[in-house]
Amino acid sequence: MSIDTMERREAPPGGRPDPDPGLPGAGPRRRRGPGASQLTAWAFLAPVVTYLAVFYVWPLVRNVDLSTHDYTVRSFIDGTAPFIGLENFADVFASPTFGPALMNTLLFTGVSIAFQFTIGMALAVFFFQRFPLSSTLRALFLVPWLLPLIVSASTWSWMLNSESGVVNSVIRTLGGDQVNWLTSPQWALTSVIIANIWIGIPFNLVILYSGLQNIPGDIYEAAALDGANAWQVFRRITFPLLRPVSAITILLGLVYTLKVFDIIWIMTRGGPGDASTTFAIWSYQLGFGSTLPSFGPAAAVGNLLIVMALVCGFVYLRVQRKQDRS
Amino acid sequence: MLHLPGPLTEHPQQFREEPPVISFIRSKRTAVAMVGLAAATLALTGCAGGAGGGSSDAASGTYTFWDPYPQFDDTSDWAKLIEKCGTEAGVTVERTGYDTSDLTSKALLAGQQGNSPDLLLVDNPVVSTLAEAGLLTDTDETGADTSAIEANILAAGQLDGKTYGVPIGANTLALYYNKTVLDAAGVDPASITDWDSLTSALEAVSASGGKGITFSGIGTEEGSFQFLPWYWGSGADLTELDSDDAVSALTLWTDWVEKGYAPNSVINNTQTTSWQEFLTGEYAFSENGTWQLAGVKESGIDYGIISIPSKDGGAAPAPTGGEFLTVPVQSDDARYEVSEKIQSCLTSTDNLVATDTTLSYVAPTKDAQTEQVATDPDLEPWVTAVADAKGRTSDDLGTDYPKISEQLWKAVQNSLSGSSDPADALKEAQQAAASATE
Repeated sequence: MSIDTMERREAPPGGRPDPDPGLPGAGPRRRRGPGASQLTAWAFLAPVVTYLAVFYVWPLVRNVDLSTHDYTVRSFIDGTAPFIGLENFADVFASPTFGPALMNTLLFTGVSIAFQFTIGMALAVFFFQRFPLSSTLRALFLVPWLLPLIVSASTWSWMLNSESGVVNSVIRTLGGDQVNWLTSPQWALTSVIIANIWIGIPFNLVILYSGLQNIPGDIYEAAALDGANAWQVFRRITFPLLRPVSAITILLGLVYTLKVFDIIWIMTRGGPGDASTTFAIWSYQLGFGSTLPSFGPAAAVGNLLIVMALVCGFVYLRVQRKQDRS
Repeated sequence: MLHLPGPLTEHPQQFREEPPVISFIRSKRTAVAMVGLAAATLALTGCAGGAGGGSSDAASGTYTFWDPYPQFDDTSDWAKLIEKCGTEAGVTVERTGYDTSDLTSKALLAGQQGNSPDLLLVDNPVVSTLAEAGLLTDTDETGADTSAIEANILAAGQLDGKTYGVPIGANTLALYYNKTVLDAAGVDPASITDWDSLTSALEAVSASGGKGITFSGIGTEEGSFQFLPWYWGSGADLTELDSDDAVSALTLWTDWVEKGYAPNSVINNTQTTSWQEFLTGEYAFSENGTWQLAGVKESGIDYGIISIPSKDGGAAPAPTGGEFLTVPVQSDDARYEVSEKIQSCLTSTDNLVATDTTLSYVAPTKDAQTEQVATDPDLEPWVTAVADAKGRTSDDLGTDYPKISEQLWKAVQNSLSGSSDPADALKEAQQAAASATE
């Protein structure tokens, strides 16, 4: 964004005349000639470009590079990692973990987003009708967001513990059977999804709430005059007008949820077996899960995650363009 | 003082190692790029700040020493001992303590940049990885004398017939039992000599209303570490994960969980959480290590220790934990002479006893063990257990071990959680291990 702004200022598009020829600063600038102003432009650009290159481009390039080499502990020392093309990717695709991990990643992301967004939206609409203590209550809903993830994930894993967890003790009191939330292949993924939904609700709540504040009040007044009921108001006014905010909320949620690592790692370590292994967990396991790191395949899995996030980004851009046009 | 190589075993200090967590992101572009950055940092952690190791100026007489004991500061006995050994060798030793999991990447990085420390104290399963990378000298080069060291402990640091360091101590697993719970069930701990008698003891405890046994079956190296005594105790070999013996070991654990002799939480237990279960006083047995000895004495539990039984009786070989003192490769090989002096000073009997007492380790030499037991008779069962123990990377597995171990803990998880039966789980593991190590 800053790039656009700067270029426009230095070289007006369409050869428009300098808008302020009479300003004191304009004279000397013109005398320095186009070469100098070009240089100034680059000087202003340099910090941003360096920053992007060092912190964004290089790690990405390095990661792609890593995923196409056979990188072992020995190559760490002597720097020789033979180029093996897409072999790491082939290994990753052929791995018995790939199918479950892909499925888990999609389920984890999809279900989390669906619930986070729906509950966040419901709460935002609820809190938008100001009532006594509504702001206090809304603040309390932010707690999951404010807690360090290690704290909330550990608390969840205690609560869901098969033997001594509070959830099972409630179930047993009500006469039910113990559910092995974190240790049975049927429940492990569900458990981490529940915890993740709980953590993600405040984020959706806050963004959607601020979106609601931007909807002009007179539209609601008009609707009230027309005798619209609550559902009609939501269906015809709130929801359509929230669409741009909803789109960005969901996109951010997608990107954030795709790469969730800590909650799952702390609660189940991706287990039992592969039952709650997502791509993020798998990448970590490959790279750091054992004393013998396999950086190549780990980077390959990381790249798959990036591609998935990129696809979401493009979908968002398309949706946004469509909205802008209409 | 962590006894496992897994980068994220449960340890208060461990969570620092996790990749940075980006909680909520402000812009789309940042968000997308952050994923990439996160993935890349995964691959590059450890590249930040590698402290300088052995400098080339041998004349200056400063030798660097890295160990995984950040809990000991300069005033500790351990630091003073190192200083003293340095003075005896006529040099100054500069010691730095790193977190265990940090140390491996730091050592690799230092090796990459050619500034390894002169002496490196490192967890035993890492030795073969570092040796494989060509980072360590073997004892032939440095002239270190390892003849007094027990062969089974030394084996963890051996690869292709060469020895890459000297162990400073070992620890291993055994069964802690709660006398009160066993008495209530009418079980005599001395009667437990094989799997059958152990299972009937568990049955009796369950029948009397107590809880059976806790262990750690978590999906990390820690899980394999805890399963190995049973695995090896069945007669199984790590090169053949799906042998009948191996299946019998996994069936033993799976049956315990199914019958409720072991709690379902063992699937997610780390050694620390399984120990917390034992400390509730409700459990009859806990499979755990030497390092819990101080804790159990404080807990007030009337405890005892027996070796982990093997299938047909006798003690099962448990895996050894503990560190090796290694001499990393230097550009100036004149430095090895002094390094070796410091090494042999630190591994002399007197110093071993002092160090291993501080660390709750069992000494790696007969002489030092005898002295240890003389001062603390409680260590007796542990000395026996260490004598029967076996290095995880032994049998010339070397760097194949981590790959096999990963499949082993997966099989344990799949079987204990009921997603497949022991035989299928191990068959799958063997296929995966075979293709990973080919």
